[in-house]
Amino acid sequence: MNNAMLEVEGIHCAYDGVPVVHGVSLNVSQGEIVAIVGANGAGKSTTMKAIAGLHHPTRGRIRFLGQDITQTPGYAMIAKGISYVPEGRRLFAKLSVRENLELGAYTEKNRAVIDQRLEQVFTLFPILADRAKQVAETLSGGEQQMCAIARGLMSGPKLLMLDELSLGLMPALVEKVIATVVEINRQGTTILLVEQMVQEALEIADRGYVLQTGRIVQEGPAKALLASDSVRKAYMGL
Amino acid sequence: MDIFAQVMIDGLLTGMLYALVAAGLSLIWGVMDVIHFAHGEFLMVAMYLSFWLGFVGGIDPVISWMASGVFLFILGALTYRLVISHCIGKSAMPPLLATFGLSLFLKNFCMNRFSPNFRILQDTLLGGKTIMLGSITIGLPQLVTGVFSVTMLFALYYLIKKTRLGWAIQATAMDREAAELMGIHTDRIYLLVFGLGGACVGIAGGLMTSYLAVHPEVGGLFGLIAFLIVALGGFGSVPGALAAALIIGMVEALAGFYIAPVFKYVAVFMLYLVVVMVRPKGLFGW
Repeated sequence: MNNAMLEVEGIHCAYDGVPVVHGVSLNVSQGEIVAIVGANGAGKSTTMKAIAGLHHPTRGRIRFLGQDITQTPGYAMIAKGISYVPEGRRLFAKLSVRENLELGAYTEKNRAVIDQRLEQVFTLFPILADRAKQVAETLSGGEQQMCAIARGLMSGPKLLMLDELSLGLMPALVEKVIATVVEINRQGTTILLVEQMVQEALEIADRGYVLQTGRIVQEGPAKALLASDSVRKAYMGL
Repeated sequence: MDIFAQVMIDGLLTGMLYALVAAGLSLIWGVMDVIHFAHGEFLMVAMYLSFWLGFVGGIDPVISWMASGVFLFILGALTYRLVISHCIGKSAMPPLLATFGLSLFLKNFCMNRFSPNFRILQDTLLGGKTIMLGSITIGLPQLVTGVFSVTMLFALYYLIKKTRLGWAIQATAMDREAAELMGIHTDRIYLLVFGLGGACVGIAGGLMTSYLAVHPEVGGLFGLIAFLIVALGGFGSVPGALAAALIIGMVEALAGFYIAPVFKYVAVFMLYLVVVMVRPKGLFGW
């Protein structure tokens, strides 16, 4: 696809020489929500980490806005416009919500821009404004997830990568978080989503990829994947 | 009562100095999980630098602490870049052995170049001066060094707790990978932390030459006490380092006066043993 924002071409990843991702290719266009779904251990998070610069692929190429970022280190991704909200939230537990959010905009030096983004995320997640001075580890699971997403938005990313949003959340909260993701996308941020809750992810996505034992086994419009017998049987128990 | 107050004040002033020596070590340990065995020898280098600046250049320690602070910042940063960065993250042992080797090198280098003799600066601005507080005598060099050390500690505390750079340092300590995702260049944070650790000990060493002799073994005891303070106060905690240093300074002074000078470190190490048995993370550990 020529107008792709993110192009992943045949990446292979390994941990200590053990291959876990085998030639994964995918792309994300501006304004899309793309979901990578699959079972636990399929290589979804490793693929995300490779894109985020935390785990460099052994082979293959990753390009973002036409620029090769395959070997770009993780700390440089924010400046390129990629923000990754990792699995398990990974908030800085002993820092306050406000401090966590400020760190999300660490590379931004303009105070006015930081304050404006703080206002934006507080509008999106009003509860975080109330909890601003609270230490992150004292937040509930749902609030921590909101804080993690808000922190990911603080850099004003072009591409927001969300890893296992629903992990550890009760169903009502999952719905709320998913609705927020749609709202973030509606405001102009492109989203790449990894999720074990296949139905919820594909319902909001434009396109999807099904990952199985480190390989893409199915891809296409999200609606088509949702209707696919193999996906319904394997991941939705239908 | 006056004698007790005198001993307590002596202990407090010693503790204030210990706090600055230990703060650098605490920062390095807390953020990077590296046991910096050459910390005491960094203090020795700072003292030698201050001594030679005074002896050859006539620059008083009240001025030369700035030079030793800057020099030790650079030495710390270089140590990170040339030694620590190559062995960090694998296990605790390589950085520990590397800094142990560095400590041996620095000590023996100074032994070789400057001999094992004790050297003390004469006629410093503060040397030998005292102030009287009722019947209590306070050495001016100790007072200035103590007050300055605590001021530097507050500055360090402010940097870590109240600035974005400080939050980045804390974030790196808590979760290096997540910190990278924020755009924090954690390798540079490590470099800065090693530099700051060096600067703390550099400033302390620079000031100490007003009233203490420098020799190649001077860093050993201070290094050991700094380790004790860090473990007692809690790894990475600046307030913990201050509280532990004041406690140790006072225990050392009280035991030295009321039991016997040879027992002062016995009391200090006994206190340490009791605290780590009751609270292994130290008083204020992260």
